[in-house]
Amino acid sequence: MYDFSKITGAIHNWLSSIMPDLGVIITEWVLIGVVFLAFFALLGLILVYAERRIAGFFQFRLGPNRVGPFGMFQTVADTVKLLLKELVGTKEADSFLYNLAPYFLIIAALMSMAVIPYGFNLVAYDVNIGLFFMMAVSSIGVIGILLAGWSSNNKYSMIGAIRSSAIIISYELSLGLSSVLAMVLLAGTLNMNEIVMSQQAGWWLFRGHIPAIIAFIVFIITGTAETNRVPFDLTEAESELGAGFHAEYSGIKFAFFFLAEFVNMFIISAIAVTVFLGGWLPIHIPFWDGFNGIMDYIPGPIWFMIKTSIVIFILMWFRWTFPRLRIDQVLTLEWKYLLPISLVNLILMAFVVMMGWVF
Amino acid sequence: MTTTEIDNNTGLVTQEYKINMGPQHPAAHGVLRLVLTLNGEIIEKVEPDLGYIHRGIEKMTERDTYKQIVHLTDRLDYLSSHINNEAVCLAVENALEIEVSDRVKVIRTIIGELTRLASHQLWWGVMGMDIGALTTFMYAFRDRELINDIMEETCGTRLTMNYNKPGGLMFDIHPNFQKRVKEFIKQFKVSLPEYNTLLSGNVIFKKRLQGIGYMSKEDAIAYGVSGPSARGSNISCDVRKIHPYSAYDKVDFKEILIEGGDSYDRYMVRMFEMEESMKIIEQLIDNIPEGDFETKTSAILKLPKGEYYQKVESARGEFGVFIVSDGKKSPYRMKFRSPGFANLSILDKISRGHKIADLVAIMSSLDFVIPDIDR
Repeated sequence: MYDFSKITGAIHNWLSSIMPDLGVIITEWVLIGVVFLAFFALLGLILVYAERRIAGFFQFRLGPNRVGPFGMFQTVADTVKLLLKELVGTKEADSFLYNLAPYFLIIAALMSMAVIPYGFNLVAYDVNIGLFFMMAVSSIGVIGILLAGWSSNNKYSMIGAIRSSAIIISYELSLGLSSVLAMVLLAGTLNMNEIVMSQQAGWWLFRGHIPAIIAFIVFIITGTAETNRVPFDLTEAESELGAGFHAEYSGIKFAFFFLAEFVNMFIISAIAVTVFLGGWLPIHIPFWDGFNGIMDYIPGPIWFMIKTSIVIFILMWFRWTFPRLRIDQVLTLEWKYLLPISLVNLILMAFVVMMGWVF
Repeated sequence: MTTTEIDNNTGLVTQEYKINMGPQHPAAHGVLRLVLTLNGEIIEKVEPDLGYIHRGIEKMTERDTYKQIVHLTDRLDYLSSHINNEAVCLAVENALEIEVSDRVKVIRTIIGELTRLASHQLWWGVMGMDIGALTTFMYAFRDRELINDIMEETCGTRLTMNYNKPGGLMFDIHPNFQKRVKEFIKQFKVSLPEYNTLLSGNVIFKKRLQGIGYMSKEDAIAYGVSGPSARGSNISCDVRKIHPYSAYDKVDFKEILIEGGDSYDRYMVRMFEMEESMKIIEQLIDNIPEGDFETKTSAILKLPKGEYYQKVESARGEFGVFIVSDGKKSPYRMKFRSPGFANLSILDKISRGHKIADLVAIMSSLDFVIPDIDR
């Protein structure tokens, strides 16, 4: 288990030796910002490519396969196209809010990414309320969607935005309050790094009995709803609303929404991995010491990415298999089924923790 | 609700929320324009507005000879082009009392059923897409491609076949025809259960369709709904059974009737109909009788003075051709009774009170082809 604080500490010490304290802090902020922006863009490119290849796999197609080996540069080419495209807006739009909206989504996504532990001590913002911070900032995104729909002055966008806020506000409850909170009860901390470290004896998904499995299922469902993906993609519902809240956006502004959707999917998967699937810890099978030894050689960030990719694949699988729900069905599912289930589950989990029935 | 309401105390104005669905909308499978009056998400009124792709086909028929008119009918319901052609040919043949050989009748029936299958496959793919399951479209196109290949080989074209002419067929079937049709049937017998696994049995899909767009038997009759949409409301209206034409009197098949009348029942009727179509093809494909593929007719046909009507069962319902002839080479007036137009008229009635998402589902379950509605 490599401690990444050695690298970050070395950089910090080197910077301290050549500039004053204020300069060090500012330089480090800029460095982290640049690294995360680059990671954000790269993640967007890779996820869009993956989505299209996986869609092809589910639909007897090939997906992108012309630009570069296996079409890997297709998304790069698309990004260049989106960057060069003319920004067409509507005259009737409230231009300040219209231009502001995409940044809300991007900033929400970037801020959430800061508290994810990618490896041992590899966290940009190691805060003791990490999980809570993540839940809080990721909800800012809905303001962006609501503003986009409202300011576009388009009736379809408006319907999409209203749907989106209804869904996200409802599903936030099950996602944060109940399914994640149940796991926090088990781990006994909100710090993301410590949650991972507490799983060294085994993943919470397996150690937490039935309540953990219920919480995981509820989390995956609500996470899909939070990211507005099929079967909860009513906000953009192609066949009903055209493109929903981002119908009036073009070029790079549209790309922001598009990117934010994919990065949000990554964030939801990352939470799932951190809280339920042992984060960056390697897979260990009890009593297989040789196997476990080999697994330990694979660095943490790679484990983290592998596990996240598997969850992302499941979310993509949903998208290319399921039909879309209707708005009243979505809300019924949350208020009548998921929320009561997860609240009862929270009490069950508290009982399990109280009795010390954790493996 | 009136158009505009002004609150006396606050002076706030409340207006009806009207949106234009179409003509350029991804859910309208052509260019149909619907003006929706909404109350939040709930639909209060649906007003179809036709005319966006009006091409004046009925007027054009008054200019053309009967052999030319056949080719115009491809452009009505392009997904059952062969069946439309057949209707005009049958009308002309009956008027002139031209006898066609059994071979022609059987081939027409087989190709007609293949057309129906292709049409239902496309409908199924688009139905899934409208509900939000994008993969169905690719499944449907994979199988539909096989039919299109058969059509290309035998008729020369993939979609608008122009294979019929008054007096028979343009040319004889391709030597590979029987082999390839059998291959297709074999393949589709595997694919059809896949369709059911992927979509019909899906819980979300069922929840989206069951109880949505209920059409009572009385309403369906009153609005002149026909085809699979009407059979979902338990109305026996299959022209192939009631007034058999071509070789339909020689084959054994079931008319699918489902009581219920909601969107899911209309969906299931079409799914079962695909099985029946396969049965019809299987019965005929090995028994194509020998004979001429056409009865020689003169280049310009002149129908005796009078009125003629022929109806057939297209993939969407009852397709009728009404010819008024004054003895000249072109008809005096020609009227097509297209199933889509009558089915569209009930849309407002059955979609009121449902959500916008339901409207898309209902439209899909009625299976519109817009050029068929707007001629």
